Amino acid sequence: MSPEGPVLAVDGLSVRLPGGGDRAHAVEGVSFAVGPGEIVCVVGESGSGKSVTAFSVMGLLPPALKPVAGAIRLEGENVLAASPKRLRDLRGTRMAMVFQEPMTALNPVLKIGDQIDEVLRIHTDLGPADRRAKVLAILGAMRLPDPERIAGSYPHQISGGQRQRIMIAAAMVLDPALLIADEPTTALDVTTQAQILRLIKEMQTRRGTGVLFITHDFGVVAEIADRVVVMQKGHIVEEGRAADVLRRPQHSYTRMLIGAVPSLKPAVTREIKAPVALDAVGIGKTYRSASLFGRAKIVRAAESVDIRIRRGETVGIVGESGSGKTTVARCIARLMPPSEGAILVPDIDIAKLTERRLRPYRRKIQVVFQDPYRSLNPRRTVGASIIEGPMNFGTNHADATARARDLMGLVGLQPDALARYPHQFSGGQRQRVAIARALAMEPEILIADEAVSALDVSVQRQVLALLRDVQERFDLAILFITHDLRVAAQICDRIVVMEKGVVVEQGVTAQVYAAPAHPYTRALIEAAPGRDFGVGEA
Amino acid sequence: MAAYILRRLLATIPVLLIVAVLVFLMLRLTPGDPAAVIAGDNASTEQIDLIRSRLGLDQPILVQFGIWAGHLLGGNFGESFFFKKTVAELILGRIEPTLSLAFVTMVIAVSVAVPLGVLAAYKQGTWIDRMVMGFSVFGFSVPIFVVGYALIYVFAITLGWVPVQGYQSISAGFGGFLQRLILPAVSLSVIYIALIARMTRASVTEVLGEDYVRTARAKGQVERIILFRHALKNAAVPIVTVIGLGIALLLGGVVVTESVFAIPGLGRLTVDAVLARDYPTIQAVILLFSVIYVAINLGIDLAYSLFDPRIRY
Repeated sequence: MSPEGPVLAVDGLSVRLPGGGDRAHAVEGVSFAVGPGEIVCVVGESGSGKSVTAFSVMGLLPPALKPVAGAIRLEGENVLAASPKRLRDLRGTRMAMVFQEPMTALNPVLKIGDQIDEVLRIHTDLGPADRRAKVLAILGAMRLPDPERIAGSYPHQISGGQRQRIMIAAAMVLDPALLIADEPTTALDVTTQAQILRLIKEMQTRRGTGVLFITHDFGVVAEIADRVVVMQKGHIVEEGRAADVLRRPQHSYTRMLIGAVPSLKPAVTREIKAPVALDAVGIGKTYRSASLFGRAKIVRAAESVDIRIRRGETVGIVGESGSGKTTVARCIARLMPPSEGAILVPDIDIAKLTERRLRPYRRKIQVVFQDPYRSLNPRRTVGASIIEGPMNFGTNHADATARARDLMGLVGLQPDALARYPHQFSGGQRQRVAIARALAMEPEILIADEAVSALDVSVQRQVLALLRDVQERFDLAILFITHDLRVAAQICDRIVVMEKGVVVEQGVTAQVYAAPAHPYTRALIEAAPGRDFGVGEA
Repeated sequence: MAAYILRRLLATIPVLLIVAVLVFLMLRLTPGDPAAVIAGDNASTEQIDLIRSRLGLDQPILVQFGIWAGHLLGGNFGESFFFKKTVAELILGRIEPTLSLAFVTMVIAVSVAVPLGVLAAYKQGTWIDRMVMGFSVFGFSVPIFVVGYALIYVFAITLGWVPVQGYQSISAGFGGFLQRLILPAVSLSVIYIALIARMTRASVTEVLGEDYVRTARAKGQVERIILFRHALKNAAVPIVTVIGLGIALLLGGVVVTESVFAIPGLGRLTVDAVLARDYPTIQAVILLFSVIYVAINLGIDLAYSLFDPRIRY
């Protein structure tokens, strides 16, 4: 191992996919290097092979995927040739990994302190007291308040951002030469994302760690990368210094990816004067956890929220997790009853209707959910899912199917695909199916709850265009829930900003972005990654 | 937590009340007369009437129930019609073999089934997995008396390592106690091994796909500790549930088992009491079993929170 050499050198790596896929290799002929103290971002959309590359380095590929060519040298040592025992010794000591979902990546039934301590127990001979001191020290270095308390907590007792700090702490506790971060901020709020990115950068600067950072988000690349590797369908299409790639992308795919990042500059300046489709007045939702001996806990998830949507208008609710935006959306859709307030559609209050009286109004308000993988029943064909709603309201099978075929065409899918099951579609296609399912009910109001958040940017753009198209066609009122200010800027006519259950600001999108009145709105806009590089401004 | 336990204990009161009423009524509605059984085949009608009035069975049913319930509240289970002992003495004398058999059976079942299930999950799709699952099907399918007699034939008759039948109290020496208990416990445990191993395999298989298992591998952890520390604890809730149900089924099934292996426990007592129409004993045993069932259920629920800190009552 030479001190000047790269921490990581991937050389001609090919990983074979099991037979029957759309291509033979997950990655093919991939070569790049990560120097000490350098942050290399591997960027690409789902299926680009970026995560497969990262997992190959750690030796954590699923058994079905086999590296078939090339070498991966960690400080000069080829990890593809290393024994399982040697690999285990390297993991946690010389290379460490942080994953996308901090909630599921931590073991829910073990205390946080023990999960960091585990690394020390595996790889060192330190006594309990020394290990404890080291755990508390690394927690402190992660800027976590009250390390003692955190160490004694379980993962569900701390926030998402804190959990990701714990993952980083466990990864960094033995000062590895290489840190692999696989979409570490994708599941986090923008303000939390900014903090985590800063933390990773600080760790890397102070400790000289080489960082291999996997992301789909060019905004994040602009914030953190020294060098960029762009991957498409298992191949590297472009590589270079971050500033060069961002300012002068050479490959068309790179240009497309950068161009697809939604702009923070609002795209629409419509003033809608159409009749009101839905008027939510003073919506509040309070959770009470009863207790036998006093001290009932009261959580106010939302408080006196007013939202008015006109026909053909898109109103966005933006906010971070815990802001109450999803609670409000669910109350308006009457998926849960609000504790107080009225929901006028447009002149009958559905807030307190019994389930039986509510039924006729159910079809007027339809929801498209965030995760198209879980919101469609995997055991039913998408056709069955689409026609179920109309048939519940008395449409006969033939008419419902005919309409479903029309809708499939409308959302850009083959009508024959109605006979297929959800797993036979890609994420973007599934979200189109979910939109077709909602439209089948002929709703007046469509609620999109983070409906594009799980999609790649290029697909995101198509789905947003589809939403705009169906809005025009059916004169839909759309309530668009998102944490992403870039997306909101592209589709919303008006914006409602929520923080901790209350509306802190609302107004016409262009005005809110040009002159945010509330400090929280300003913080949200400032935290959007990649602003300094002008990503998404094109 | 304490409030929860208290609430659950209070909830057992109506359960016991309903059980008490049902048992009491059903016994008196079924054919058969305890006085006739006690008096024997050659007794005259007068003798039987005399016995009936001595037992209090000539009173109206409501009065009988009132007397019994009143005694119960005072902690008095009454006197056996048949065995010339108080019911409490009878049960105390018979409870040790039953609980010992259930306990040893469950210890064997859990300590064999859980590692087998974990192994099968880890080696999923290999011959080891198929062996374990094959054994599991066997365990479900073979009746207990076949397993029991086969074991008796091999280990008691052919090899002579253990006695064929019988029971020895633990106070008379642990070796002899275990020697006599081991065959019935092993044969009883077969079906529970099958049940628990299957559930363990299913539950651990699911957990092994979780992200935190991958995290543990990324830390360089060895597979054995990943399986037993990270996976098994997360997989515990359904496993604990079937173990609890297993204990309940086991106790419910002692009537048969104790007959096959000639163990003088509660099961045998129940059979004898039913044959003799010994109302107070039957009532007490059934009440006792309901208490045990309620306690097992509470135990299962409390065990959940032991394994999973997210479950709090």
